Amino acid sequence: MEKTRNNVPDEAAPRLDGAPKSAPKEKYQMKPGGRGPGGRGRALEKPKNAIGTTKRLLAYLKEFRLQLVIVAITLIVTAVTNVVATYFLKPIFNDLAEMSGQSNPDLSHFIETLLLLGTIYLVSIASSYLYSRLMLNISTGVLRRVRIDLFCHMQSLEMRFYDSHTHGELMSHFTNDTDTLREMISNSLPQGIQSLITIVGVFGMMLYLSWQLTILVLVMLAVIFFIIKKIGGRSANYFIKQQRALSQVNGFIEEHIEGQRVIKVFCHEPQTKQEFAELNEQWRDAAANAQTFGGVMGPIMGNLSHVHYAATAALGAALAISGILDIGTIASFLQYTRNFSNPVTQISQQFNNILSALAGAERIFGLIDVPSESDTGDVVLVNTETAQDGTLRESVKHTGHWAWKVPHEDGGYEYVEVRGDVRFHNVVFGYDPEKIVLHNVSLYAKPGQKIAFVGSTGAGKTTITNLLNRFYEINEGTITYDGLDIRRIRKEDLRRSMSMVLQDTHLFTGTVRENIRYGRLDATDEEIVEAAKLANADFFISHLPRGYDTVLTGDGSNLSQGQRQLIAIARAAVANPPVLILDEATSSIDTRTEKLIEQGMDTLMEGRTVFVIAHRLSTVRNSSAIMVLEHGEIIERGDHDDLLAQHGRYYALYTGMFELD
Amino acid sequence: MVIRKLLSCVGKYKAAAILAPITIILEVILETQIPLYISDIVDTGINGGAGIAYVLEVGGKMILMAVLSMTCGILSAKFAAVAGTGFAYNVRNEIFNKIQDFSFANIDHFSTPSLITRLTTDVNMVQMAFTSCIRMLVRAPVMLVMATWMAVRINAQLSLVFLVAIPLLGVSLALISKNAMPRFSAMFKKYDALNASIQETLIAIRVVKAFVRGEHEIEKFEVSATDVQNAQKRAEKLIILNGPIMQFAMYGCMIAVSWFGGIHILEGTMTTGLLMSFISYITQILSSLMMVSFMFVMIVMARTSIQRIGEVLYEVPDINDDHASAALQVEDGSIEFDHVNFSYAKKEDNLTLENISFRINPGETIGIIGGTGSAKSTLVQLIPRLYDVYAGAVKVGGHDVREYKIENLREAVAMVLQVNNLFAGTIRENICWGKADATDEEVEAACRAAQAHDFIMSFPDGYETELEQGGVNVSGGQKQRLCIARALIKKPKIIILDDSTSAVDVATDAKIRQQLRQNLKDTTTIIIAQRVTSIADADKIIVMNDGRIDAIGTHEELMKTNRIYREVYESQQKGVA
Repeated sequence: MEKTRNNVPDEAAPRLDGAPKSAPKEKYQMKPGGRGPGGRGRALEKPKNAIGTTKRLLAYLKEFRLQLVIVAITLIVTAVTNVVATYFLKPIFNDLAEMSGQSNPDLSHFIETLLLLGTIYLVSIASSYLYSRLMLNISTGVLRRVRIDLFCHMQSLEMRFYDSHTHGELMSHFTNDTDTLREMISNSLPQGIQSLITIVGVFGMMLYLSWQLTILVLVMLAVIFFIIKKIGGRSANYFIKQQRALSQVNGFIEEHIEGQRVIKVFCHEPQTKQEFAELNEQWRDAAANAQTFGGVMGPIMGNLSHVHYAATAALGAALAISGILDIGTIASFLQYTRNFSNPVTQISQQFNNILSALAGAERIFGLIDVPSESDTGDVVLVNTETAQDGTLRESVKHTGHWAWKVPHEDGGYEYVEVRGDVRFHNVVFGYDPEKIVLHNVSLYAKPGQKIAFVGSTGAGKTTITNLLNRFYEINEGTITYDGLDIRRIRKEDLRRSMSMVLQDTHLFTGTVRENIRYGRLDATDEEIVEAAKLANADFFISHLPRGYDTVLTGDGSNLSQGQRQLIAIARAAVANPPVLILDEATSSIDTRTEKLIEQGMDTLMEGRTVFVIAHRLSTVRNSSAIMVLEHGEIIERGDHDDLLAQHGRYYALYTGMFELD
Repeated sequence: MVIRKLLSCVGKYKAAAILAPITIILEVILETQIPLYISDIVDTGINGGAGIAYVLEVGGKMILMAVLSMTCGILSAKFAAVAGTGFAYNVRNEIFNKIQDFSFANIDHFSTPSLITRLTTDVNMVQMAFTSCIRMLVRAPVMLVMATWMAVRINAQLSLVFLVAIPLLGVSLALISKNAMPRFSAMFKKYDALNASIQETLIAIRVVKAFVRGEHEIEKFEVSATDVQNAQKRAEKLIILNGPIMQFAMYGCMIAVSWFGGIHILEGTMTTGLLMSFISYITQILSSLMMVSFMFVMIVMARTSIQRIGEVLYEVPDINDDHASAALQVEDGSIEFDHVNFSYAKKEDNLTLENISFRINPGETIGIIGGTGSAKSTLVQLIPRLYDVYAGAVKVGGHDVREYKIENLREAVAMVLQVNNLFAGTIRENICWGKADATDEEVEAACRAAQAHDFIMSFPDGYETELEQGGVNVSGGQKQRLCIARALIKKPKIIILDDSTSAVDVATDAKIRQQLRQNLKDTTTIIIAQRVTSIADADKIIVMNDGRIDAIGTHEELMKTNRIYREVYESQQKGVA
């Protein structure tokens, strides 16, 4: 199942100590996500701002304005023809009643009536088909647009957003919410409208045919509304219970299937089976109730309509006997009663669907409304070549030389060579402003230096790199890059100037080649092989069944952790940036293999400013400077030998005297 | 076959599963009677002059019928709900229990996420299909037959109209469904691909952002989104034909019946009232056909789910202890590998372990070291028989592991897996997995030995601290120590630690090993480690390389004789003054 825990920086990881216990909640919880339960419970949601949401939805429909006009027309035509066609029973039966008395009846009027009816039917069929076909275009088109907008916007959100939302939560916008939205656009809304027109039309016709029989209709309506209210309320309750029970069952499944191997090792199968059966039984109990209530609606409504039908027939006949109504009127009125209850039930159901779809749309728009990562930077990264007079000149080619193009207030530009000089001045930062994780950190990295961070989990190592590429904004202090405040640099360009290799390597579905090329999209095949060689990945890649064209699936799960890491290093190498960030990049590679790629790594790091975070001290030993972090402060700094000589925390760590956790 | 297996899951809810269709049949029978009374009202009441009293009496009968029919309908809804949810309960239990009997190899075969999907989404799907089938599968055909029969009774000649309409409608609906099916599967595939790509981007969002590849991802996504749109249009284009075809059949019948019925009336072979009743049956007959086609779609949509569930139910657990002797207990912690070959694929030419032979005496401490992919984990997993050997034999306590009941074997062999899980519940409950009736003292002793006691006590609730689902509220190192404690409490004959202290610092790691030595003198200890320091003081060290044993010896011996061992050692020691 989806990994719902984000790549939360270590400082944000939930900790037990001191934190108040969260409010009592269910022991097991299905992580919200596309794999969720049947979704019946969604029918209970209500949008907060129905009008606003509807307006925004309408904006999506603009694109299909012309088609919508036709849809509206066909919708009306369909409903009206249906209503009118039923009325035709009146002349048909009256004609028959009249003619059956005659010895040699004139059938021409009867035939005319039937022909006219046939024509109306054909119009009705044509318009309803046209309407469905157009709606299919519109609904899938709107959905595509919504999905793309949602996806685009997600790309623009800041990291902070991803920390506070699980993947499951975000996925459900794409699955559940868009699904209900589509259901609404293609079914609920048009059906609701059609039902409404039908009800109005049928009611009008009924009134026209016989006001006396219409009184029965009103009584009927009252009964229907009473039942919907009564049953609807109770079933909502049961549905909530069912949902809760289901999410417990699914949560249990998730946890225990994930832990299946542990269960086996401990021979804990019998206990697990029993616990599961109990939860499952709780669900069964709740679900049986909920679904009973859900299921009785149909038979009740259907048979109520029969009751209505019977009452109308009896009353109608009584009126006919009294000479107030003719046979034809009864025939068509009876048919109208059959046509009446259906749309009424429909509307009550569609109303719920529409509400829940609006609630879904609201969640989608809610996400789209989350402010994008703001970026006021105006300094951009450009390729340069050195002109003969020694000045830097912008180049459209990929020269391998980079410069910051700094605009001046007078409209001119200045080119500052990208060297990889990074400085932190009294930086203060907290993911939560209440909880500062970096206190007054100052450091510098000169071009080409290798700076290492060492410290326990939560000390703030990863945070420093997160600030460097502006995944997060600092609270106080400044960070400069080649003398420029990084806030002046456009985020895109800032990030493009540095490559990251993370602890959790993420690869994408696609070939090995494509994955390496991810570092620089215009890299040639030769450059890719070169980068792979540098990372010592070429050897194993060429031994894969299809070499560089081997397709990786599911986050590269067909490779070992170490192999994936090597590809990630190659990916960083092909980007060829002036600054490199290695966040536990070699943690999944055993020390022997690490030694094998060391040379490649050394070549990769040559001439670049490198920030290294490592658990394994052997990895950071040859750094220009090692920063030992604790509780968000740099407590020791210096190179390996200096630090050992200091006999401080680093020394303790190195000799195994101190716990690093 | 799968269906039959699934149907047997109805189990004790059989009564409800039978009563549901019976009440539905009753409901339908009553429902199809009602229109016929119209002819009485019209013919006898209005045209025959039987008077208002008669009309009201017939009306009363119709209402009574409707009320009875409603009662049956409500009952059937209740029975269907009980049967449907009971069925789902049983299916879910069946699958879950089946998975409990799976061996590691079986789990590998399916993968964890796929098993979870089968237990959640697929079961839901099947349940929905079952509930609607139990109602509609009966309702539609019965309605079709009853209404047709009523129509024939009214006027056999006139009902010939249906002889044309029903086959025509039936064939078209069947053709549409048949052609739409592959298009729908294609659509679902595209849809899955779309979701997979979203998921992938979400998981790798840091990479996407770090490499500024948002635009690139959006381009890829637009292609997927358009694919989904087109696939959806292609599939539903066919389905929306159902409506017009249905309408055409219905309207055609209306006109034909009006015309031929009219002629019958004029000829005096039929009454007006009967024609009115007849017209009501048209709706009933044709709408039941519509129901059948809807049901068909439902079943086909559930088909993949049924298949996927079937795969789990029919998987044969490849490790069982049918031939084991129940009385045999593990006597001591000796281990012997006798020319063991092992293959995950169960193929001779794809061996993961090759020709492994060695002996471990009770109470010894063994270190295993080797590079990524050298099959260290595979080797130790054969000891508690998590996998079976391909050739050769693994002996524990002097007997082949296959001779023991699995429970007896694993009771004696504790293993801390590389990827380990804790479960929702208190810390104490988790530790007690190893020993259900453990006393407070035993729990504490195990936790002290695993160096977990101190941090547990630092939590406000101590041993009663609730762990969240998957144990996500403790750090990696803490989790590993809890897992070790959970294994220690068993007081096993053999304990295997598969890289179980990787997130624990060197000093604590050393303390744990020291505790093991002190408290479990007679227990054979096997430690897989990346760090040489973790195993340097072991009685024997096994150096693994590419599925074979490269060397066995003590630290000193290996430093002298084994190149790989020396390299690993040096790579970790370089720089120490």
